[in-house]
Amino acid sequence: MIKVQDIIKSYGSGESRFQVLQGISLEMKDGDFVVILGASGSGKSTLLNVLSGLERPDSGKVFYDGADITVLSDNELTAFRKENVGFIFQQYYLLPNMDVDKNVKMGADLAGNKDYKTVITAVGLGEKIHKYPSELSGGEQQRASVARALAKRPRVLFLDEPTGALDEQTGRQVLDYICKLQNEYGFTLIMVTHNLNIAEMANTVIKMNSGKIFEIYTNETQKTAYEIGW
Amino acid sequence: MLIGIKNASKLVGISIIACCAVLVCTMFLNFYMDVRLIQSEITSELSLIFYNAQVSTAQVVCLVSGGCLLMTSVIMLMFYIKHYIDTHKKELGILKALGYSNFKIAKSFWVFGISAFVGTATGFGSAFLLMPWFYTLQNEDKMLPEITINFHPSILLYFVVLPTVCFSALSVCYAWYKLKKPVLLLLKDNLEAASKPPKHRIENNRGLSFIADLKRNTLKSKKTLVFFIIFASFCFSAMTQMSFSMKDLSSEMMGAMMLIIGLVLAFSTLFLAITTVIKGNTTTIAMMRVFGYSQKECCRAILGGYRPMSYIGFIIGTVYQYGLLRLMVDIVFRDVEGVPTYKFDFPVMLISLVCFITVYEILMYVYSEKIKKISIKEIMIE
Repeated sequence: MIKVQDIIKSYGSGESRFQVLQGISLEMKDGDFVVILGASGSGKSTLLNVLSGLERPDSGKVFYDGADITVLSDNELTAFRKENVGFIFQQYYLLPNMDVDKNVKMGADLAGNKDYKTVITAVGLGEKIHKYPSELSGGEQQRASVARALAKRPRVLFLDEPTGALDEQTGRQVLDYICKLQNEYGFTLIMVTHNLNIAEMANTVIKMNSGKIFEIYTNETQKTAYEIGW
Repeated sequence: MLIGIKNASKLVGISIIACCAVLVCTMFLNFYMDVRLIQSEITSELSLIFYNAQVSTAQVVCLVSGGCLLMTSVIMLMFYIKHYIDTHKKELGILKALGYSNFKIAKSFWVFGISAFVGTATGFGSAFLLMPWFYTLQNEDKMLPEITINFHPSILLYFVVLPTVCFSALSVCYAWYKLKKPVLLLLKDNLEAASKPPKHRIENNRGLSFIADLKRNTLKSKKTLVFFIIFASFCFSAMTQMSFSMKDLSSEMMGAMMLIIGLVLAFSTLFLAITTVIKGNTTTIAMMRVFGYSQKECCRAILGGYRPMSYIGFIIGTVYQYGLLRLMVDIVFRDVEGVPTYKFDFPVMLISLVCFITVYEILMYVYSEKIKKISIKEIMIE
């Protein structure tokens, strides 16, 4: 269970100080598929960073099973990320001089996962395990980054616009892989996007605007990646 | 102007190396030219032997130090221009897309020659400031007639004007060559990466951990930086050990000068190399930190591979300084009386090694603190 209490986060100083998150509070259950929706500049990526322990809030608390991560030291936060979270970014950020196998190993080694090649096969890259990022298409690169994140067996997977750099068809394919793997592994999935249609795949949708949550709702039935309109 | 003075100012490493090279070479070459003017005044056989030894020393020092430092400056310049183009590909691509010709863009790279001018001019000026002391030192035993300091315009031409012009021309030509890529390749990094296969295809992982793999990869992907690390430790080792021997063979001042040049060269090169390693691996470090790799693990993966290289440089430096001094004592000063015997100084080597390890590890600590501050935001902003 993730519980967030009155998170405030600002950037800049003096007159140019800007409050990006203005008192955010919410709760997420284990195994949830949460989508954070909002326009550019609404604060959704900052919320994701605070939730995942990448950034510290100015005030407020973030609890993981009752333990507040905002009071952890830098080293403790690193250990927290190592043990609990996985990330997928819009720009993939694969290591260019390493093949798929080595990139996925980056996540796998942290969890002592020797069986990480099954994840590579699960995302459909079994045939391309020794290909370098430059030899893969955008969709394949994103699938490699999905495998890298899942190989460390995270409790919570954070996704920041994972389909933002992909075409519609490839985007659906990547989302489909992610959803299938969530059903299989049972991790909590928190995705930031501005694509309203993707929200139909989630069971909890959080809508943000100007640093505030203005709507939270749950979907009775979730659609698959191939059922949603883009 | 597309490339400004501000960009040239970043080539402080080239200025430092050029300054050291010109300082040493000007002093010895000017002395060589002046001492040759008094050749006809030498009457005794002993003085002639001493004269020949001084002429040979000047030639050896000019060739060995000057040649070595010049080569390093050229490599450093090439490296910087390549680095500059690689990190400013998009801006250069936009200029090309707007209709600027390759030559027009490359032309503005002449300013990089300014760094060579600043270095050589400083070295040349400093050499003339030190020359009275240097001449006295070289003829301390009064074995040669009075040597007067003369200004030789040819030295100014060869050591200041020519390097500046050559460096400017080299910068323009190299930039022009690198800019011959199609506009789209400059604008889109992915396209360029996709257009060529990876250079270092690592065969089956042989059970190496990710950290060990990355360490190997980082080392292989930038061979120029390996050269700089080796060069830096080489300078430290050779110059510090030589400075102690110089104290006995020549004078304390000469030893001190050598020590200062060695330390300046070593630190400026090491600083440039490690900064470039970290800048070039910002994305990797940021992703490692995001995933939960500790600061120590990041340092081990990115900087750890360079440690053995620095020790190799230290060994080469030790052998080099021993060989050079042996050559001077056994061949150049063979017939000169009163030259002390030279033996390998083990305690000095040990002290130098301990100092080197201490300094290197302090630097690594400073850079590990920098690594700690790298966040995902930095690469997202890019």
